[in-house]
Order: sequence, then structure tokens, then C-alpha cells
Amino acid sequence: MKKFGLATGFIAVFLVSFLFSPRMLAQQDIQVPPPPLSEDFFPCMECHADMDPNPERRVLEEFHDDIELAHDEENRWCMDCHDAENRNMLHSASGELIKFEESYKLCGQCHGPKLRDWKAGIHGRRTGMWNGQKEYLLCAHCHNPHSPRYESMKPEPAPLKPGKIK
Amino acid sequence: MSVKKTVLSPNKLNRRNFLKAAAVTSSTAALAACGSKEAREEFLQRDFRSLSQDQIAKVLQRLETQYEREYGVKFTVSAKEPIPETFFGYALDISRCIGCRKCVYACVEENNQTLEPQMHWIQVLEMEKEKGVDFLHSNLYYDHEEVPHEGHFYLPVQCQQCKNPPCVKACPVGATWATEDGIVVVDYNWCIGCRSCMAACPYGARHYNWGKIQLEAENINPDTHYLGNRPRYKGAVEKCTFCIQRVREGRYPKCVEVCPVGARKFGNLLDKDSEIRYILENKRVLILKEELNTQPKFYYFYGT
Repeated sequence: MKKFGLATGFIAVFLVSFLFSPRMLAQQDIQVPPPPLSEDFFPCMECHADMDPNPERRVLEEFHDDIELAHDEENRWCMDCHDAENRNMLHSASGELIKFEESYKLCGQCHGPKLRDWKAGIHGRRTGMWNGQKEYLLCAHCHNPHSPRYESMKPEPAPLKPGKIK
Repeated sequence: MSVKKTVLSPNKLNRRNFLKAAAVTSSTAALAACGSKEAREEFLQRDFRSLSQDQIAKVLQRLETQYEREYGVKFTVSAKEPIPETFFGYALDISRCIGCRKCVYACVEENNQTLEPQMHWIQVLEMEKEKGVDFLHSNLYYDHEEVPHEGHFYLPVQCQQCKNPPCVKACPVGATWATEDGIVVVDYNWCIGCRSCMAACPYGARHYNWGKIQLEAENINPDTHYLGNRPRYKGAVEKCTFCIQRVREGRYPKCVEVCPVGARKFGNLLDKDSEIRYILENKRVLILKEELNTQPKFYYFYGT
């Protein structure tokens, strides 16, 4: 009996130490700025509350016609990520509701290794302190969720060639 | 046995006495020509590493007044010491960098680099995907409408913060050295401008001040470090310091914070939970010109 108690104690200590290891703490403490939602459209339920969900794949004409879907578009449509009942939320493949503030949980279902790297601070930009409080960005801050390829941009001017330096 | 002694007689003008007298007179004249007390102190300042805490405090105060007078901005010059138990490392994700050069210009502003003649501590090289990392066929002067350009990738080069730095060995006066936290720094006041370090650096990471430093008043960064971004002098050599003025306060270097794709990573190599250690343990990493045994602490990796 005594032996059993000792073993349980050890297991408990092991579990607790794992829970409070620095990396676990870091993951619990993910600080992100608010998601890039447009005030014109959010909260979605202001319009969608009175509408019947239409899961049909179609060309959007009246609203959201600026959305260009280039994200596994052959297999995806709105309701795969947006929740039909509660438009203010997203949902995972298993139907669990996900807040826009935690949209990385949704993205990470397919992009597991990227989520892992993001949590470790390797994928995506981190700002703040290298030895303290850090700020992350959500996936959607850099990647348009509907068309996630990072957009090309105009580079800053090239350095002067040696001949042109005065 | 008697030792023959040179008799120092003021009347006897032999070659030795003449030279001694000439040296004394000319150095006195030089000091007198320095004019102000401040200029004299600057002239007589010893190398940074041999200064006591009191002397450092005086030097910093002198520099602050000098800079304020010269640039019309109130400067703080710190000499903050390394944080114990730190050894800095840097990693750059080659698969992410798009060659936008935002880091180049953010670095110029953060570190008060002279605008004319132009100086860039970071040089972004465009390389052909077909050729891989190949300096011979790289292009520093690419000028596309948009980046990334098809079939190309980008490799920014700056000081590699070597553990075995050839520049430090090349300096004849000991004006450059690696600090305890692993940053190769320059004492701009002790540098004689011989540029031996520039010849020794295999990465082209050291830069020379050909003229008096030119800054735009509105873009000056007044938060400076003695060994980092304080305004430099004509004839002094300078280089990337991992933003010593930021990292010794626990902040990320400027280029890390400004990179739009998050390709730049920085941290403490002695901390097993740091980002930099995660990269070294989990990603494919390379260093530049490994065969030279410079042992850079600036790693390139493939994040994909």
C-alpha cells in the first residue's frame, strides 16, 4: 500500500513538473493582437441571424463578392471553416466551435507542423523581448485565409553601385 | 665592468636628444591645438576595455554633450554590460525571405548609419534557385517591380558574429573584440581606420566611414550604446552588433522585429528553450563559408 502511494506521488510530481515546464507555459501564454476582422462585416450574425444557411457552392454576387477562394478551393467551401449556426465563430472538422481570436487552432488541423513551429516562435514574426514577454501574430495577419499565399511586394531601393557613390 | 650611460645633457644636441625633444614639443603642440578640455580628454582617452567604471561614466557624459551639440538631439549613450549567462545566436529562414530589403533600411535608422556615402550593414543577395547558395552568381543590386522574383531566392548577409573572428585577429590595436555575450564590437574611439579587419572579414560585413557621418535629424535614434549605434567618426570602421543597445535590454534586434515574413530569429544559445536552440535542433541549418573555420553564430535555415 505504501509502495503504491509512493508511486502515485512520483507520477503526480512528474505530471505537475511537465505542466509547468517553460515550453508548456509559453504555449499557454500566447498573446496575439485582435484578428484582422473588418468592421463592415463583423459581427457576422448582424446579417446572418435572419438568413437561412446556404451550403451550396456558388458565385457570390451580392455580398463577399471580393473573396477569391484559392485555398484548396476544389475541396473547400465556406461552411468547412465558418460555422453555419453561429457565424461569429469558426468550427473545427469535428464541429467544435473556435473563436476568431484562436483561429490558429483551425488552421493547425491541416497545417500541423506549421502550428508547431509557430508556437515555438519559428514560423511567423515575433516581437517583444527575447528573454521575456513576446507578441505573436495570428495566421490571418499575414495570410489571407481565403487565398493564403504570401503576397509579393515592391522591394525597397537597391543599394547604390560603387561607381555611383559620391 | 662599467655600463656606458647616455648622459642627458641639454647642451649636447645629439640625434637621440633631438628626437626626444621634438616628440615632447610636437605632442604638447598637438594637445594645445586640441583646444577645449573636451577635445583633450577625447584625444587622451584609453581603449574601452581598460577604462574603470568612473572613467566610462565620464566618457559617456562627454559623448552625450558632444552629440547633442552636434546633432541637436538629446542622446543617451549607455555602456550596459552583458546579461549573465547569455551567448547570442541568430537564424535566418532562407525559405521565407522574399528580398523586400525592409531590414536593410530599418537597420540604417536604428543604428544611425551614415546616409552619405551610403552605408548598409545588411546586404540582401538575390540567388538563382537552380544554382543554390552561390556568391559568384548572386546579385546585390536586383531591382524588380515585385519580389520574390521567379526562380530566385534571397540571402541577406550581415556580420556573422563569428566565434573565431578573423577581423579581431587582424586588428593591430585591439579596437575590436568579441564580448562575453558573443557580439563582435568596435571601439570607434580606439579604431585607427587601417581597415585590416575589412580585408580579413570574408563576409564583407565591416564598413568604413569615408567622411563625416551624415544623418537626418528626424531619423536619428538617440537611444545608443557605446559599442553600438552611437554616432561614429570619419575614419572608423563599423559593423552589425545584433543591435547591442536593444538586446542587452532583452529586446529583439530591429531587423527581427521589422521582417514582414518573420524570417529572422534571435535568441540565447545557452537557453535550451530558446527559439534559436529549437531551430538548431529541429531544422536544416547551414553557415556561410564553413571551410574558413570562422564559426559563425549566424545560422541560415530552411523553415519549410
